Amino acid sequence: MSIQDKILARAKELMADGTVTSVLGWKKGETYTDPSPAFFTSVEELERDFIFNHFCGQNLSRLLNGRKAEDGKVLMLCKPCDAFSLNQMLGQHRLERDSVYVLGIPSPTILDADKLRAAGIKGIRGSRFARGGEVVLDTLYGEKRIAGKDAVLEKCLSCKTHKFPVSDEILVKPKGEEHDEPENPYRFAGVEELETMTPDERFAFWQSHLKRCIRCNACRNACPVCACVKCVFDNPGSEVAGKSNIDAFDDKLFHVIRAFHVAGRCTDCGECSRACPEGIPLHLLNRKFIKDINRIYGPFQAGASDDGVSPLTEYNTEDMEPGEAILKGSGS
Amino acid sequence: MKKISTEKLPLLYAALNGDRQLWIPVQDGDRVEFGLWREGAAVNLAGKTLKSGKDFFFPQNEDFVSFQKEGKKITITEKKRPTDEFVVFGMRGCDLAGLEVLDLVFLAEPKDSFYEARRGAGVIVTLACGTPDESCFCTAFGVNPAEPKGDVAAWLVGDTLYWKPTSDKGEKLTAELGSLLEDAGADGDKAVAEQQAAIADILKQLPNTELELPKVGDAEFDAWFESPNWAKMAESCLGCGTCTFVCPTCQCYDIQDRDTKDGIRRFRCWDSCMYSDFTLMAHGNIRNTQMQRFRQRFMHKLVYFPQNNDGKYSCVGCGRCVEKCPSSLNIVKVIKAMQAMEAMEGVGK
Repeated sequence: MSIQDKILARAKELMADGTVTSVLGWKKGETYTDPSPAFFTSVEELERDFIFNHFCGQNLSRLLNGRKAEDGKVLMLCKPCDAFSLNQMLGQHRLERDSVYVLGIPSPTILDADKLRAAGIKGIRGSRFARGGEVVLDTLYGEKRIAGKDAVLEKCLSCKTHKFPVSDEILVKPKGEEHDEPENPYRFAGVEELETMTPDERFAFWQSHLKRCIRCNACRNACPVCACVKCVFDNPGSEVAGKSNIDAFDDKLFHVIRAFHVAGRCTDCGECSRACPEGIPLHLLNRKFIKDINRIYGPFQAGASDDGVSPLTEYNTEDMEPGEAILKGSGS
Repeated sequence: MKKISTEKLPLLYAALNGDRQLWIPVQDGDRVEFGLWREGAAVNLAGKTLKSGKDFFFPQNEDFVSFQKEGKKITITEKKRPTDEFVVFGMRGCDLAGLEVLDLVFLAEPKDSFYEARRGAGVIVTLACGTPDESCFCTAFGVNPAEPKGDVAAWLVGDTLYWKPTSDKGEKLTAELGSLLEDAGADGDKAVAEQQAAIADILKQLPNTELELPKVGDAEFDAWFESPNWAKMAESCLGCGTCTFVCPTCQCYDIQDRDTKDGIRRFRCWDSCMYSDFTLMAHGNIRNTQMQRFRQRFMHKLVYFPQNNDGKYSCVGCGRCVEKCPSSLNIVKVIKAMQAMEAMEGVGK
């Protein structure tokens, strides 16, 4: 039985036996690369439209922001990385635990349609992994092959774990459940590269990316932890609200403030970079904070627990002095 | 029709650049977007650009006027209308159709003098879409991607670029290029016709080109406006502005003042109906939920705009919303959902 069929069968059962009143998952989109998040409200709808393929990359947690138990219990089809986001949201009381039934599902390796298009692969109608990690795509223009690393979504390349920090049920027990997973060396490689740059080089790097920002707010609105009821940048009276970047300062202000605001809460789900239409590597800003927090305060993973505690919001007597932290925080 | 071999394209670009600005699709990492041409630029003509080129005529930001205060004296400086000639190379049929929609808005009386100046200054070389993508549905909106409009239409076939001026501006530009372009003769017509036939064949295989467009008159209006579809679809809308900012026809803007240390800058910037302060007025806002904002976007494109513009839709089927929405919502989905509603309820029949 394929993973898609397994998920579908279990979702139907949970819907039929009344455990949940709706299912948050993916339905067939307008193209193969466009599966869409959807709240299914009937078994028929699930049977007709449910899909789970290499393009179901969206983290669905954010769509549960503000959900209450009285809204009915929703079955969330939850990939491991999404579970960290959901748990962090629970810790921040962004939704009620009783409003969601978390079904942990294994994540397929997600492909990045933008990367594929940039590599000249268009008209995609099917996808599979061949031996050796090569991706084979069935397209309007014939079969195309591309190396996995050039086709896989950033968040999957930097995968941190296959385990679930929160779940009501896990559909397929992840491999290596009993063992510690090895660190993914790719995860912090990008940050390490930035750390070796001079400040001027780093400034030029960010300038070249952030100048493209169109202030669409997709990074912010897709982020499961950037969920203030009213964002300061949406407040026309705040004098910092900006619908566009009218000068070089605006380019950076928004992203730097956002990175600081989610520091200690960002689970590194990669949704900001996935959502960005301009391909800005926003995850690198957040990952720098994560790396520094790990070094200064000891290993910490936001969303691993739902106690809402983060090194940046808690203080204990063993914490290092701010000056010492600053010294340790610069460079590697 | 004229032609030039692809190995001579850098010479063509240099000549088009001349003492103007030439904007052309350039590859930058995983994206292809219009960039200012420079010697050695990584030109990529394989597909549509990230944004449509709307920016060249209706930029995301543009200063209107500035105010300087000295004691009790206020000096008002109006921004000069941009009149320096520029060339945009590689817009697609859908992109040009997007400009035609903007023309209906900004060139109607009273004309928008900034937009009008840019339209006058820009020379557009469009490129036929040799390899349409799954996201494309321009033919549903009457766009022919194999015969794009513009000042010059071009076709890239094998190692030859075919070039056909289609306006006075295009003729002038072509004359300026002189012997760089050769006569294509009957072979050129044949090569272009063959590519057009191949494109037509691909278009038939795309999933969304057969969309049946809604005709919403007074009889159907209430059913559309009150449809439960809006709430259902808006459930997964994140409320970001991506769809509006990559859209070639979205035209809403805001005018804001910025207090710089050297005075006040009054500028226009793109606005998005997805944003919570869109249409914010002194009394408050008429749309307070994402469902209302979502509905506004699609009612505008499919209902209000056609009602006010002889049936012309404010969508050109470029597919950028299909590709870029981080939550996979798009106008195709809306049209299909509303069709299903009409079929089920027999709306207006």
